[in-house]
Amino acid sequence: MTTVAIARYGAGNVRSVELAVRRLGAEVVDDLEKAGLAVLPGVGSARSAMDGLGGAADVLRERHAAGRPILGICLGLQLALDGTEEDGGVAGLGLVPGRAVRLQDERVPRIGWAPVEPGGEVYWFAHSYEAETEATTATSEGHAAIVEHGSFVGVQFHPEKSGAAGARFLKACLSRA
Amino acid sequence: MPLPRLIPCLDVAGGRVVKGVRFRELRDVGDPVELGAAYSKGGADELVFLDISASVEEKASAVGVASLVAEQVTIPFTFGGGIRTVDDAIALLEAGADKISVNSAALARPALIEELARALGNQAVVVAIDTENGRVRSHSATRDVERGTLEWARECEQRGAGELLVTSIDRDGTQNGYDLEQLAGLRDAVSLPVIASGGAGNARHVAEALEVSQAALLASILHEDPKRLVALREELRGLGVPLRNAA
Repeated sequence: MTTVAIARYGAGNVRSVELAVRRLGAEVVDDLEKAGLAVLPGVGSARSAMDGLGGAADVLRERHAAGRPILGICLGLQLALDGTEEDGGVAGLGLVPGRAVRLQDERVPRIGWAPVEPGGEVYWFAHSYEAETEATTATSEGHAAIVEHGSFVGVQFHPEKSGAAGARFLKACLSRA
Repeated sequence: MPLPRLIPCLDVAGGRVVKGVRFRELRDVGDPVELGAAYSKGGADELVFLDISASVEEKASAVGVASLVAEQVTIPFTFGGGIRTVDDAIALLEAGADKISVNSAALARPALIEELARALGNQAVVVAIDTENGRVRSHSATRDVERGTLEWARECEQRGAGELLVTSIDRDGTQNGYDLEQLAGLRDAVSLPVIASGGAGNARHVAEALEVSQAALLASILHEDPKRLVALREELRGLGVPLRNAA
C-alpha cells in the first residue's frame, strides 16, 4: 500500500486530499520524510503558507534532492517555484525554476472546470496566480496546468475535487510513488 | 474561460434538506449527503448548501453536514448561512468545503470579507447578494440596506471576494427567467466570476443566464430531483451550451 504524507501549514482543505487518496487505497501517514508520496496541498495565501511550513520546507527540499516523489496542488505548485508575486513577493521552496505571477484573465479568480492539454481531461481550477516555468508539461487555456521537474509534479487544478478525472490522475501519481 | 457551470442549491436546516414555502412551513425532502451525491452523479459542476436553520442549535450541525458531504462528494461545494467569523469559515473548510458564502454578515460588517480573503484566499470567499430593482436587500431579503447592487458588488471585489452569487429577489421562485439586465450590469461592473440565481424556469432561461454569467444556481427548477438535472443538461447541450462531460 502506498503511504502518503500531507504537508500541513495552516487552515484549509487538507481533509479533501486525505479523503481522496484514502478512497484510492493509500494510507495517510504523518512522516513527510519517509512516506511514499509527499503532498503539498493548496491552502490560503503564499506568505502564510510559507510561514506555516516551517521545518517541512527543508524536508521537502531533501526529498526533492533525493529524487523522491512530491505532488504539489494549486498553491502547493506555486510554492515549489523560486518565488511568487503574491503578497508583495514571497520566496518559494526553489524546487522548480520559475515564478508565480498574477493571472491576467478577463475574470479573476479563474474558477471552474477546464480542459488540460494534451489529453483533454477536464479538471477543477480555482486560482488567481499561475506558474511561469519551463518545466510546464501541460496547459489549460494557455496557463500552466501540470509542471514536472525531477521528482516533483505540480498541478494547478485540484485533482481531489475533480470527480472521476481527478481520481484517475491521483491514482497515476500513487502508482508512481 | 472555464466551462459554464450548473450549481444545484440545497437548503438545509438541522442537518436535513428542506423545502421552504416563503421561509415558512419547512418540509423535509431528504438527506444532504445522498442528494448531493446524486446531483454530483447527475453532472452537477458544484454544489451549494445554504443553511437556513432558525436556531443556534441547528446551526451547529453545519460543520457535521459539510464533513459528511466531503466524504461522499468529489466535486467542489460551498457552504453558506450563518457564517459570522473567520473561525466559522475555517471550520467549514477544514471539514472539506471549498468555499464559504456570506451575505448579511458582510453587509453588517464589510471588513469581514477582507478577513475571510486573507485567511482562506479569495477563491474561497463567495459573497451572496440579494437584489431587487438594483438595490441590495439583507436578512433573507426582508430589509433594504440603502445600497445599490452594482456599488456593493464593486466594494465586495475591492475587499477581496472571489465570486458573487447574485439572486434577483423579484424573480426568485417565479420561473419567469433570470434578470438578464441586472446580470449584464454586474458583468460590466466587476471582473469576478458571477453566479446567477433566481428565476430559472426552463433550459432557455439557464442558457441566457450563462451568456452573461459564469454559472447558474439551480433551485426550484430541479425540485430536489437529480433526474431533472440530467434532463436539463441534455437540453442545454442541445442549445449549444458547452457543459462538462462528468464521466
